[in-house]
Amino acid sequence: MNAPRALVGEDGLLAEAGWTLRDCALVTGRNLRHFVRQPQLLLFSTIQPVMFILLFSFVFGGAIGATLPPGVDYVDFLLPGIFIQSSAFRASQTAVGLAEDLQRGVVDRMRSMPMSRAAVLVGRTTADLVRSLFVVALMIAVGYLVGFRFTEGVLAAAGAVVVVLLFGFGLSWIFTLVGLVTDSAEAAQSAGFVAIFPLVFASSVFVPIETMPSWLEGFAGVSPVTAAVDSARALSLGGEVSDPLLLFLGWLAGLLAVFVPLSVWRYRRMS
Amino acid sequence: MDAAIQVEGVVKRFGPTRALDGLDLVAAEGRVLGLLGPNGAGKTTIVRVLATLLEPDEGRASVLGLDVVSQARAVRREIGLAGQFAAVDELLTGRENLRLFAGLFRMGGREARGRVDELLERFDLLDAADRPAKTYSGGMRRRLDLASSLLTSPRILFLDEPTTGLDPRSRNQIWAVVRELVEEGTTVLLTTQYLEEADHLAHRVAVVDQGRVIAEGTGDELKDQVGGAMVHVRLSDAGERDAAVVALGRLGCAGAQPGDVGTDLIVPAPHDGVGMVAEAAAALREAGVGVSDLGLRRPTLDDVFLELTGQKTDEPASPPEGEEEPEAAAGAPA
Repeated sequence: MNAPRALVGEDGLLAEAGWTLRDCALVTGRNLRHFVRQPQLLLFSTIQPVMFILLFSFVFGGAIGATLPPGVDYVDFLLPGIFIQSSAFRASQTAVGLAEDLQRGVVDRMRSMPMSRAAVLVGRTTADLVRSLFVVALMIAVGYLVGFRFTEGVLAAAGAVVVVLLFGFGLSWIFTLVGLVTDSAEAAQSAGFVAIFPLVFASSVFVPIETMPSWLEGFAGVSPVTAAVDSARALSLGGEVSDPLLLFLGWLAGLLAVFVPLSVWRYRRMS
Repeated sequence: MDAAIQVEGVVKRFGPTRALDGLDLVAAEGRVLGLLGPNGAGKTTIVRVLATLLEPDEGRASVLGLDVVSQARAVRREIGLAGQFAAVDELLTGRENLRLFAGLFRMGGREARGRVDELLERFDLLDAADRPAKTYSGGMRRRLDLASSLLTSPRILFLDEPTTGLDPRSRNQIWAVVRELVEEGTTVLLTTQYLEEADHLAHRVAVVDQGRVIAEGTGDELKDQVGGAMVHVRLSDAGERDAAVVALGRLGCAGAQPGDVGTDLIVPAPHDGVGMVAEAAAALREAGVGVSDLGLRRPTLDDVFLELTGQKTDEPASPPEGEEEPEAAAGAPA
């Protein structure tokens, strides 16, 4: 393993990278099949965000709308927040899926095979990313029914969706590590809930952070959730994009730089 | 030549428990080595070490001369793993399971399709090939699991309690496949709690208890360690037991074994062979002892196990004197 390896050739690094990608694609495909074979789970993971859209826009719309800048409808303000909120809540599903695989012995078989050490993890987070895309598309459709509109053009709208997906992808690597460490679907889910709930509410998901007490506003202002929401919101409705986007990309890079290697390391050392 | 499997002084701790406590093992290529022991003896743990799933804390282990830690990747190309916790994907069909693993074994499309069909047929799964594996019976799952481990025709196959919990018919199917594989030259390491299974399949048997091999040899050699044949007498009348013991004693049969009760009398025979039965029958008739059944019985591996560990095989092991606490977790790190 430690000998220097050629870049090209049958056993070269390029060929190895190709095999690694293929392994990741195979595991991703397998996980996507799981989603399709369990339509009830897919249904529940889409009902919840749709419910949030409807509840928040109709229940809180009147009260919160008053605190918004003039001309901004609460449903327009809310939707990018709900995209991020539902991504955050869904991220713990990564840990659940991984923990279930660990318990069932499928991962044991894969670890005894000469395949990429990263494929089980990348396949899981990538499949969850594809599922997120599906859920976000559905939420946009529901949003359009209750009056939400992207105002900044197709490219900016696509950018907003990419921010939402990347946010979920970054979080799902935290939950990859959680799933590997806890080894139990239930524990992973409750751990996720405890960590995610306060983060989501102490952010600009549902309300402008200027309405919070100053100590909380300080926290919410640097939170990755706020950075992601403000980026997605600016790309959806207009406004200052670069500051929140830079903060968000910084958070994302940091999360991935820490949790991808930690997860792979943990996976290799698992017993 | 390197042994197919070589384990030297492997120690594996889980917290305070020593699941493997200096285990040594050698398996010859092309043979079946049976690892026999009760739950928690460390059988699964050593299989996980050899399958590169678990790094040993001390000692070294190699497969076909490849170190399981430093050359883990090369080891993975040579091995197949199947076991009691059938690692099948329940939401995928049988065919999809095999195709997935074939792809991950990096087989090409056409090669993979051909091999998958071949294995489905060989394991009698063709009819169920396109049904999700969650609809399979226990035996079918175990066969699919075994098929998944054979996609690349590995030279070394680890079978971790492959028939635990299976009905006799499914068990026989698995046994038949294992025999075929050995004929084709595969080396098999088989763990089992069933003495019958070790007796049937294994060329050599290592008895494992508390993370160590406590005896090793062919089934016959192990039985000889316990002693030779036993005369087995069923008396017509339990009251004639003493007279029977005296009569058999004159032939050189030592005293009755503890644990004999009622009409069943089991005594060690001084020599093997049919002559022994005739002699015993004559002696008992002369003494006027009524006999309803008389036979000569080789000790079973059950007797071996009882003798070596002081335990019945289906009871959890408790430590002999001077040992540390019993290991409860050893068999189940999965």
